[in-house]
Amino acid sequence: MQVPAPFDYRRAHSLDEAVALLERHGPDARLLAGGHSLLPMMKLRLARPETLVDINDLTELDYVRLDGDEIAIGALTRHATVLASALLAEHYPIFAEAEAVIADPLVRNRGTVGGSLCQADPAEDLSGVFAALRGRAVVHSSAENRSVALREFHRGPYETAVGDGEILVELRVPVRPGAGSAYEKVERRAGDWAVAAAGAFVQLRDGVVADVGIGLSAVGADHFTCPEAEDALRGQEPTAARIAEAAAICRDRCEPTADQRGPVDFKRHLAEVLVTRALTRASRRAGGAEA
Amino acid sequence: MTTTEVPTAGGSPEPVPTSAAGNPIGFGRMLRKEDARFLRGQGHYVDDVNLPGMLHGAVLRSSYAHARINAIDTSAAEAHPRVKAVITGKTLESLNLAWMPTLSGDVQSVLATDKVRFQGQEVAFVVADDEYAARDALELIEVDYEPLPAVVDARRALDPDAALVRDEVEGRTDNKIYDWEAGDAAACDEVFAKADVVVTEDMLYPRVHPAPMETCGAVAHMDKVTGKLTIWTTTQAPHAHRTLYAIVAGLPEHKIQVISPDIGGGFGNKVGIYPGYVCAIVGSIVTGAPVKWVEDRSENLMSTSFARDYHMKGSIAATRDGRILGLQVDVLADHGAFNGVAQPTKFPAGFFHIFTGSYDYPAAHCKVTAVYTNKAPGGVAYACSFRITEAVYLVERMVDCLAFELKMDPAELRMKNLLRPEQFPYTTPTGWEYDSGNYPRALEESMRIAGYEELRAEQAARRADPAGKPLMGIGISFFTEGVGAGPRKHMDILGLGMADGCELRLHPTGKAQLRLSVQTQGQGHETTFAQIVSHVLGIPPEDIEVLHGDTDNTPFGLGTYGSRSTPVSGAAAAVAAQRVRDKARVIAATALECSPDDLEWEHGRWRVKGDPEQGKTIQEIAFAAHGSLELPEGVEGHLDASVVYDPPNLTYPFGAYICVVDVDPDTGEVKVRRFVAVDDCGPRINPMVVEGQVHGGLADGLGMALMEVIAFDEDGNNLGGSFMDYLLPTSMECPSWELGQTVTPSPHHPIGTKGVGESATVGSPAAVVNAVLDALQIRAADMPFTPAAVWRALQGRPLRTDLAIE
Ligand SMILES: Cc1cc2nc3c(=O)[nH]c(=O)nc-3n(C[C@H](O)[C@H](O)[C@H](O)COP(=O)(O)OP(=O)(O)OC[C@H]3O[C@@H](n4cnc5c(N)ncnc54)[C@H](O)[C@@H]3O)c2cc1C
Repeated sequence: MQVPAPFDYRRAHSLDEAVALLERHGPDARLLAGGHSLLPMMKLRLARPETLVDINDLTELDYVRLDGDEIAIGALTRHATVLASALLAEHYPIFAEAEAVIADPLVRNRGTVGGSLCQADPAEDLSGVFAALRGRAVVHSSAENRSVALREFHRGPYETAVGDGEILVELRVPVRPGAGSAYEKVERRAGDWAVAAAGAFVQLRDGVVADVGIGLSAVGADHFTCPEAEDALRGQEPTAARIAEAAAICRDRCEPTADQRGPVDFKRHLAEVLVTRALTRASRRAGGAEA
Repeated sequence: MTTTEVPTAGGSPEPVPTSAAGNPIGFGRMLRKEDARFLRGQGHYVDDVNLPGMLHGAVLRSSYAHARINAIDTSAAEAHPRVKAVITGKTLESLNLAWMPTLSGDVQSVLATDKVRFQGQEVAFVVADDEYAARDALELIEVDYEPLPAVVDARRALDPDAALVRDEVEGRTDNKIYDWEAGDAAACDEVFAKADVVVTEDMLYPRVHPAPMETCGAVAHMDKVTGKLTIWTTTQAPHAHRTLYAIVAGLPEHKIQVISPDIGGGFGNKVGIYPGYVCAIVGSIVTGAPVKWVEDRSENLMSTSFARDYHMKGSIAATRDGRILGLQVDVLADHGAFNGVAQPTKFPAGFFHIFTGSYDYPAAHCKVTAVYTNKAPGGVAYACSFRITEAVYLVERMVDCLAFELKMDPAELRMKNLLRPEQFPYTTPTGWEYDSGNYPRALEESMRIAGYEELRAEQAARRADPAGKPLMGIGISFFTEGVGAGPRKHMDILGLGMADGCELRLHPTGKAQLRLSVQTQGQGHETTFAQIVSHVLGIPPEDIEVLHGDTDNTPFGLGTYGSRSTPVSGAAAAVAAQRVRDKARVIAATALECSPDDLEWEHGRWRVKGDPEQGKTIQEIAFAAHGSLELPEGVEGHLDASVVYDPPNLTYPFGAYICVVDVDPDTGEVKVRRFVAVDDCGPRINPMVVEGQVHGGLADGLGMALMEVIAFDEDGNNLGGSFMDYLLPTSMECPSWELGQTVTPSPHHPIGTKGVGESATVGSPAAVVNAVLDALQIRAADMPFTPAAVWRALQGRPLRTDLAIE
């Protein structure tokens, strides 16, 4: 059995208590959400927090709801809830498509949206989804609630804007009427992390791309996105040629690294193929041609 | 009385009676007896063994693939308040246990003394009050390593400047373990010289791992008072382990009890003795308390017996119209740091030289060179039938390469060359005597189920559209297995002949106990062996208890691997039951006051010929055998039999597999659309169990073809050390298997059955690979066909799948 190094365990019963515990135990304390990233790393002794602050009792952070013209998702919302959410399905099929290929039902029943984003694994699917949708993260501390654009949230592999004594409490995504969205992922096997993944939303006005967002996972894209490709498509008709152009920009801009999932040339190639597919389906959905 | 259908030799179902519990009295489908406890979570595995005062062990492993050990400082670990002992190679040296013999005439390090030779090698063993403390203490041990260049690429292992893996062996100057050959090189040269077509291809059967659900472990208890060592351990071969412990540790064999409780999968991973077992024993000797050691998943994947790692170059010769003339193969075998292959002594490359496969041609030759590398030892595992997996892969790939060159349909090419039924028993060019077979019938059956013609028509239609996606591929594999090792005059492991004992005892009320030397790891022995006895004696299977896995309570035998249980121990059980039936006849005759010759057997009963009302059931006879009935001179009371079965030959199951895939050329993703498997393993004792074995093996084969591999980076770091890195297939990747069967009994097995445990693992990888390559219309590339490997193959730049991807 793999066993973690010794650690202390605290269970928070409120957000305030969680923050207080983090403050009390300092930088060597870690929040425990679903535990599906943190605990495996602890068992391999790659992570050695001295104190775990369990936030699973903070059910007030477990929701998906419409809040004005935004959709708000609590940080403790489980993958399974996102997968099943009718609200998200209505506005953004990209969520269900991404969630369906994240891990397996067991992991999805425990793993949380907040944990996924804070883990900041370069292959995390939801990071790509929120980056595509230009979401925002609400980060809470005893001093304030601050809002961070998702595209500024990740500071590098396994590093985020969440500082000591802070908790990610909510993700917010603007509702974009008529927008189409889609997610594409290539994995070696069900439940594996992405070899490469891409997500996109497209909003059309008069047959022209009014707004577009592209998300990329596992290919070393800066902040999980590629604004240059979005710029190339905005204001254009989403023709195959235009989409191909945007996808080629993604291919050239991303910086994948080789590992057992594939060599760099293949991952770049996949970025292009998957962006093409995601944009194509998202545009079709925006155009109403596909359910 | 209701009846159950059972397929018999001719294929037509012969009704057998059903017991009160609803089970077939003999062959047929019935639920597995062992599942009652497994499904309730009541299985009892090594890790469930908890003894009073038990301590826990953990192994410190090398982080380097190759490094000299300058010093090991255990003082901080020893000072840990919950640590009871720290054992190193030095401790073991004083007991003469630092090295132990492997199953292949080599030695292997138990705990490293001079240097470490693979990443994950055992360096020290901590015994502590609990497993947490044991693991914590591992971090307190300081090892001063001096890293050495690692031998990673087997193809470079014999380079003059390659580092020497085994420099502790006096006079050793290179990494070669052996050169070995079989077949007739001159005959090959002759047919190759005059052949119309010769196709040569390199292929790798990469290193894979059996990855059983339960990892390896042991609880060792040396009782100081009785001097008896009891070891509960994950072993597929409890008796062989006991003898080995006696030989290695110098302990008296009658004072060793090996108990193999429920085993969560073996696949060959649990045949050998691992350093952890020995350390648990030493730990118990040193501390006087029972010691439990159970490895974790990474330890299992990184240090225990792997499989394959065969770099093969095949050449096939044929006439222009597709008659195969000969097959020649050169193998470079990567055995890792110690030659720890588990196989019969006289077969250094296992049964690889059965590589001529299922076809009729005169000339064959193979040359195998085995080398040491800085990788974990092992090499025969993962349901491979002693390397027949590699052999079948080789021949089935070569036949497809030939079809590719000849632009001939691979089914047609196979049909043209398959051995014909009238050729059996058939002696192959490399000396195997195939017992029975009707190969064309099996291939036809698989093509019928698959709808082969329609599939090819669909493929042609799709190919006619140049933009047509996905790419459709159809792959065939025909295999001949050789299982049931084996005839003791040819086959032994460390000098132990491969014959199996078996004891059958009937209680006075006609219930029975059957004691076996083999050890189930999920195959369902407790059910199928009861059915074998039931088949011969007519006792309901629920009235027969199968006992196994405890050396104190079972007869000697070599264990369960190489699909040998049914061919060897199954035969032993059948013969034991036949002996009981013969004795029952004499007792029945005595009771009925007639001559045994006047009796005839009907299922479960001896009855008087011509007067069927007069007779005795086996239960009545059992009671009489224990009762006051006066028995004839020379006939002892009671009703039991003890048998040692020495198989006259292997049994040769076979089958025809067809796989259909769809490949997305843009992403490299492979989807297995269909898989048809027609297996012939002789009569099926329990068709459901056979199907379960086949299902599992097909998933294994698909896994190896598409995702499983243990690759290494240039420093010798293992890149498959967890289930995030070593991918096993899930139900998501597996199609709904389409199974068929033909039934050709073995002429030499008492009930005609052949082993089936490994057939699907042996036969299926080539079908999947052939299908993928057929889709890509490429002659060759190496598995596993991950998306990256497919895409690179399509680009004409195939990946070296055994090395780190760069
Ligand atoms: C077998 C397996 C397969 C997987 N496959 C995929 C996959 O294909 N794609 C994918 O995207 N993911 C995958 N995952 C990852 C999984 O989605 C994440 O592990 C999980 O969602 C992380 O969330 P968690 O709630 O489990 O986080 P935890 O493991 O509890 O925490 C992860 C990190 O986030 C921090 N944290 C958690 N919540 C907060 C918060 N509210 N505020 C600040 N910090 C916080 C923790 O302190 C920790 O550092 C896989 C995981 C497993 C085990």
